[in-house]
Amino acid sequence: MDLLTLQEYWWFLVSIIGALFVFMTFVQGGQTLLYSLGHTEDERDLLINSLGQKWELTFTMLVMFGGALFAAFPLFYAVSFGGAYYIWMGILFCFIIQAVAYEYRKKPDNLYGERFYENLLYINGSVGIFLIGVALGTLFTGGNFIVNSSHLSHWTMQSYGLEALFNPFNIAFGLMLVFLSRLQAGLYFLNSLDAPTIINRIKKVVTINFIMFLILFLLVLGTILFSEGLIYNSATGIVSVKSMKFLYTLLDIPLLFVLLIVGILFLLYGVFIALIKNNQKAIWFTSFGVVLTVMILMVILGLNNSVYYPSLADIQSSLTIENSSGSYYTLSVMAVVSVLVPIVIGYIFFVWRSMNKTKLTIDEIKSNSHHY
Amino acid sequence: MEHTDLLIDWSRAQFALTALYHWLFVPLTLGLTFIVAIMETIYVKTGDEQWKTITKYWMGLLAINFAIGLATGIIMEFEFGTNWSNYSWIVGDIFGAPLAIEGLMAFFMESTFFAVMFFGWNKVSKKMHLLSTWLVAIGSNLSALWILLANGWMQHPVGMNFNPDTARNEMENFWKVLFNPNGVSKFLHTVSSGYVLASLFVIGISAWYLLKKRDIEFAKKSIIVASTFGLISSIYLITTGDESAHQVALNQPMKLASMEGLYEGENRAGIVAIGLLDGSKEIGDKKEPFLAKFEIPNALSLLGYHKLDAFVPGIDDLVNGNKEHNIISIYQKMQMGKIALKALSEYKKYKEANDTIHMQKALKIFEAHEKYMGYGYLKKPTDAVPNIELSFYSFHTMVGLGFWFLLLFIFTLYFSIRGKIEDKKYIQYLALFTIPLGYVAQETGWITAEVGRQPWAIQDMLPVGMATSNIATTSVVITFWLFATLFTGLLIAEVKIMLKQIKIGFEGY
Repeated sequence: MDLLTLQEYWWFLVSIIGALFVFMTFVQGGQTLLYSLGHTEDERDLLINSLGQKWELTFTMLVMFGGALFAAFPLFYAVSFGGAYYIWMGILFCFIIQAVAYEYRKKPDNLYGERFYENLLYINGSVGIFLIGVALGTLFTGGNFIVNSSHLSHWTMQSYGLEALFNPFNIAFGLMLVFLSRLQAGLYFLNSLDAPTIINRIKKVVTINFIMFLILFLLVLGTILFSEGLIYNSATGIVSVKSMKFLYTLLDIPLLFVLLIVGILFLLYGVFIALIKNNQKAIWFTSFGVVLTVMILMVILGLNNSVYYPSLADIQSSLTIENSSGSYYTLSVMAVVSVLVPIVIGYIFFVWRSMNKTKLTIDEIKSNSHHY
Repeated sequence: MEHTDLLIDWSRAQFALTALYHWLFVPLTLGLTFIVAIMETIYVKTGDEQWKTITKYWMGLLAINFAIGLATGIIMEFEFGTNWSNYSWIVGDIFGAPLAIEGLMAFFMESTFFAVMFFGWNKVSKKMHLLSTWLVAIGSNLSALWILLANGWMQHPVGMNFNPDTARNEMENFWKVLFNPNGVSKFLHTVSSGYVLASLFVIGISAWYLLKKRDIEFAKKSIIVASTFGLISSIYLITTGDESAHQVALNQPMKLASMEGLYEGENRAGIVAIGLLDGSKEIGDKKEPFLAKFEIPNALSLLGYHKLDAFVPGIDDLVNGNKEHNIISIYQKMQMGKIALKALSEYKKYKEANDTIHMQKALKIFEAHEKYMGYGYLKKPTDAVPNIELSFYSFHTMVGLGFWFLLLFIFTLYFSIRGKIEDKKYIQYLALFTIPLGYVAQETGWITAEVGRQPWAIQDMLPVGMATSNIATTSVVITFWLFATLFTGLLIAEVKIMLKQIKIGFEGY
């Protein structure tokens, strides 16, 4: 396997992990729906406990995303994390508060009260996901960094990442993820709860969030496909501008184009059967669609001589999978380790099935000594 | 790209804050997961419902601790990028791999089976549940393995070479990184310290129940398991501590000298078991470093080099050099380091100009002095010396407490076996008051390891001053206080919740 193939393989893996993380953000979406779907304390407890059995997987997926980026593309880790400082720190802040909120919310003597921890969950689900969307948006819109000849970098804006919050595309990307996570959460509850009163409220939530998501998705997708992108010359490494770069990538590699369409269709079909046929298994169709769509949007950033992190300060400092990756040896070692991925997916699937074989009820929660 | 001292200090402070908070919670998780796994095994083997209650009770306390440990852990991973971005590039090729493997191999196992352990009592079979509990314990400890291997590599970098073209270190032998003796001994010593802390925690809280004369059967059974586990772990901890010190002597002699307050090296060096350092002592001034001390002769030579008559270099020898023992002075190392850095810069310049002859010449000079490149960044020889007082007192506190814990486990196990633990009030009080001491030992151990290796982010290769992100100091100050407030607020809540749960007791589990 040559170096470029390894770099592409790792970009593909990072894309899959990123896509799986986006799928798992239904946990965050659910945290923002506690009061719209849960009108009584018991109902909110039920909602939180159904999410509470999954929140750690989302958290782990985020850690894995960071770890894979660090190992495979250390220059991105250094440039973006060390430069867009406030955005990443904001994300971290939003995720620290999530971990404790689940565990402490219902505990007696929890110092700040139940509502405080519910607010923390809300912040994690809304601000946290929005900021992650903004950070992912900068992969398309770029950052203000310069990389010197020793590959050490610095950020040229004193706002250290906060400027990304003023870019309309990044904002749309962030909001799109928030609405997607809420839409997915609605479908997750539909699938995993035995609580007719909550189920009756889900349809409205799914409809509203789907409409908002769809508008933003079309806006984001249109911008990605029809805007200028950056490409680099493999031999010289020189970066230049190309119009409709990502559209051409999809046309150059038709398989990606087909998979993107399939992903979008699955997502739409899932929402359709949930709203029209009250199908409780809709989450599996939408999730497959979400994973496929996000994965392809990530993959096109790295393949076909694309720049995946443009520099707004110095176009030649822009990051590509070739100029920012780990060494051949490290990528090879990590590729061998990646054979564990199917095993990990296998046991997660097995445990998920065991835990979700029956729908969750409030009685079950009350009978368990450990609950959120 | 050198940074201001203020930025370096704040970046270090933020990382230290995160690490110290993280380390308040992780050791308990590492040990308590095994203790509950042992308790549940007894339940499954005997079918005795009392053991189920005991298991579930300690699991409840574990969950409270687990959540906040996880929260502080995620920041550490990302802080390598946000605050140590130069580090991330310069050694990311080696350091990133263990972190990613940690995620894949350990975190998923931990988080997946965590859900079964807490919510699966009525959803999966008894055996499946027990397996899940063991997998959470194994997952937590596997996670520690990878992160401590990464930390061990920072203390003793092996298995890589410097690539002048990419200006970074690149991995060339994964097995050397994996079996780095420093990393392995660090892992074994650190996880066994977690087992000891968890045992102290279980015994101390159980002792409180005995003092209060409630939940007596549960408490006595908990003490038996924790005392046995604690005693075995404690013996193992002392053994691995010996190996850790040996590794430090071989690879980080300045750290060892600082830990021992040893200024002038000697053969048959002794260990100062208890000592009071003279704050006015300066490097090379020939003054006696201690105002008062109790020394065990030959012990440092034996501990560090496993030979009674071995020479142990002191801080003066390491800073000023010692010809008799072939020790180069820091000043000489700095000069060679500067030659390496200049040659590297010329190499890049000639490379850009396609001047192959001069490029090769510069590369040869670089390679001849590469070993000392890190020293080229230091401003003065004393920069290579860590904070001696902090290293000395932290190390001695940790070691002293370690031996006390061993003694306590012997007592609690002895009286438990003889069925007299319930009557021994003084042991119960000692056990209760030892809980905070367990945390003191954890934190001082961590301070010994991390302060002792300063100024190096990567031993002898990369000083912290070169490793930080190139950002405004104000940004780091803001996030430092933000995290300090948040962690402290959460810690207070955690302690309050934990105390309440302890007061509630085993009832309801």
